[in-house]
Amino acid sequence: MSVILILILASLGVAVAFLVGFIWAVRNGQYEDTCTPAMRMLADEPAEKSPPPISKTKPSNP
Amino acid sequence: MGQFYELNSAPGTRIRATTVAARWAFLDDPAVRQKLLDYADERQAQVTLRLPAIHCVACVWLLENLFKLHPGIGRSVVNFTRREAAITFAPDMIKLGELAALLASIGYEPELTFAETEKPKPSPLRKKQWLQIGLAAFAFGNIMLMSLPVYLGLDRFNGPWFRLLAGWLSLAMALPVVTFSASDFWRSAWWSLRQRRLTLEVPIALGLAAIYGQSFFEVLAQRGPGYCDSLTGLIFVLLCGRLFQQKTHECLTFDRDYKGFFPLAVIRKTPAGEESVAISRLQTGDRLVLRHGELLPADAKLVGGEACLDYSFVTGESEPVRCAPGAQLYAGGRQTGGRIEVETIRPVAQSRLAALWDNAAFRKRRDDDLDSLTNRYSRRFTKLVIGIALAAAVFWLFRDASKAVPVFTAVLIVACPCALALAAPLTHGTARRVLARLNLFVKNATVIERLAGVDTIVLDKTGTLTTADASGVWFQSTEDRRQQAELSAAEAQWIASLVGHSTHPHSVRIVKSLGAAALPVTGFRETPGGGIEGEIAGHKILLGSSDWLEERGIIYRSRSDAAQITSAKESEPPHVGSCSGVAIDAKFRGVFLLESTLRPEVEKLVAQFGGRFELALLSGDNEREAARFRKLFGERATLRFNQSPADKLEFIRELQQRGRRVMMAGDGLNDSGALRQADVGVAVVENLGAFSPASDVILGAAQLPQLAEVLAFSRQTARVVCAGIVISALYNLVGVSIAAAGLLAPMVCAVLMPLSSATVLAFTCGMTAWSGRRIFAAVKPPETPARPHPLLEPAMKPVEAA
Repeated sequence: MSVILILILASLGVAVAFLVGFIWAVRNGQYEDTCTPAMRMLADEPAEKSPPPISKTKPSNP
Repeated sequence: MGQFYELNSAPGTRIRATTVAARWAFLDDPAVRQKLLDYADERQAQVTLRLPAIHCVACVWLLENLFKLHPGIGRSVVNFTRREAAITFAPDMIKLGELAALLASIGYEPELTFAETEKPKPSPLRKKQWLQIGLAAFAFGNIMLMSLPVYLGLDRFNGPWFRLLAGWLSLAMALPVVTFSASDFWRSAWWSLRQRRLTLEVPIALGLAAIYGQSFFEVLAQRGPGYCDSLTGLIFVLLCGRLFQQKTHECLTFDRDYKGFFPLAVIRKTPAGEESVAISRLQTGDRLVLRHGELLPADAKLVGGEACLDYSFVTGESEPVRCAPGAQLYAGGRQTGGRIEVETIRPVAQSRLAALWDNAAFRKRRDDDLDSLTNRYSRRFTKLVIGIALAAAVFWLFRDASKAVPVFTAVLIVACPCALALAAPLTHGTARRVLARLNLFVKNATVIERLAGVDTIVLDKTGTLTTADASGVWFQSTEDRRQQAELSAAEAQWIASLVGHSTHPHSVRIVKSLGAAALPVTGFRETPGGGIEGEIAGHKILLGSSDWLEERGIIYRSRSDAAQITSAKESEPPHVGSCSGVAIDAKFRGVFLLESTLRPEVEKLVAQFGGRFELALLSGDNEREAARFRKLFGERATLRFNQSPADKLEFIRELQQRGRRVMMAGDGLNDSGALRQADVGVAVVENLGAFSPASDVILGAAQLPQLAEVLAFSRQTARVVCAGIVISALYNLVGVSIAAAGLLAPMVCAVLMPLSSATVLAFTCGMTAWSGRRIFAAVKPPETPARPHPLLEPAMKPVEAA
């Protein structure tokens, strides 16, 4: 009978992991804007993906 | 597409290079800067700017690659729905003013209004709501999973410990849902009890408390797993309904006042030269410079130049007002014509325009929710439920004392008005969606209910019913036999070329009606308040007012003569508006008649309204068009002209004191008071991104003719809400009577509650969507005009006249 106990604990563990993931996503601001990310992936972007951190030196490709 | 913006070719920077960086210099004023920045330290700062030009995927791409345009710019994140970009930059490498100038130069001019500096930053309320919903969904799903074996009787294979485990686990998972997810229900129930008002939250909170309490005791007494699945499911559905109702049209602002209309800065003249200064720092006695198209932010005295102020947005008067030096000018006027210099005589917040916002109508807090249909019903409902629960408890106390408490809680549980609480939000949420497809944006759900109750409609004239564009321009030639009746193509070209040099509103309309032409003009001269003259292709052309033409020795046929000519020709007589005479080679050629035209289908709309509603027309304009509107509106309607903003507000208030429920449709700042005072204020806007005064509804001008259908639809919606309430009341009635009889099994309870919610949900949403489709069947959805990308747009705008 203890097998059902293991199953319950396992399912709860998975569910809690998803809940934690959800809370992280909300905290991270992923629910602030649900429209723009969908448009962002449409642009066929060149290799450069993210802006370099602002540095005092002039970047090579202005 | 990406290739187009390959940044080495810098496609954007060349087009609007005319944008002067100095124009944005005021942003570097420490006080302004501090209010605009979200965050700042020595190394980097972040600012969120509203860029109304954002409209496509390429905009998002371009703005998020801003860092390639300037080394001082870091990450930029676009929020498309809000038309905003959050930009990180290094303040020692690029100043805020330079950043704004850079954005303006690539076609995304930041919208910075006076209101911007005073607005508190939005609070992260939404995050909490998402967390509440997520937690409720988590608990609902998992508790349901554990309750199923118990419902289906499968737990007998596992022995009693399984029931116990399931019960305690359910209670544990439901606890954060009850305390955190449902916290808003407790709070508003407590608030309404303290206010001695029985809103719907009171029975909901009672029901929730009863379910949790009952479950707790059942688990404690080892009788069953409790009803935590129903409890969490109920909270989840209620939260979803609330989110659905609260979903706002984020790119629109419904509560703008005059501050949203004013720019953030003006040009001030100092002994040292001209500088851009934030309006919040203006002082009495400052010398300001206004160029064509700029707005006067404070009451002022004209010092230099010929002022020709267009007050149409502020007063409704459609003709620009000419002023000589020394005259007093009022805030909100837009200068048309040349450059003027003014001296402010009052602070911005004390101008005649701002005084309207001191009116009591703007101070009263609107208790939107308290008078809604649901709450009127719930007052009686709550009393009834508590009455029945108590009566049943007392009855069972004498019959079988052990059953009294369970029956009391069972009644409270089953009567928990979950379905009732959902009926109105879901119906209104669906209705708002239907209306948004028609370019009609409703501020919140309760507005739809108020729309349904409207019995009086007040309309503004200028800008709401009428519009000033090319379609209202008529040319009337003189009856001279030796001349052709109509303008020849060549003549039209000459006049268009001449008029194209002027920025007077009349000129702009004449050019629109003739079509642009660009023949070289020599000896162009504009006499403000008079007319324009110039030589084109060897012909001297004069265009202007009668007095001005007569001064130049031209015999002018008066306006009444022109009207007679038309009626003789049996064409549609133009309504008397303003007119400009034209003379070619010192001979009077004819007049341009400029009338404000009615928007298409306004006649039909007024006729539709006429049967059902009391109608009124308010106009800040003078009475020259009174006869025309009397004919349109019929004898019974009230027509008032020369109305000041305060008059309009007072008129609405009088109507309300007579017990009328008023809908006001207007467009300008002059209607702000009336829009606010009215039960429903409808702001009519040409361009949805543009300024609209504080209102309950924002309506695209092209959709104005559909207003009658919109009112019919909202009445239909109110009926759907009523039907939803009746359905949920029936469920409650059945449930409560079984519960009061002491026969309610947990199984029935668990089935009845979600079933009632699901029925109401399906019914209200389905009915609303269906009636929307039926009523608006004939209405075509508004076409979104194909807008060229700002960078692809050729630099069409004329360079502003200095």
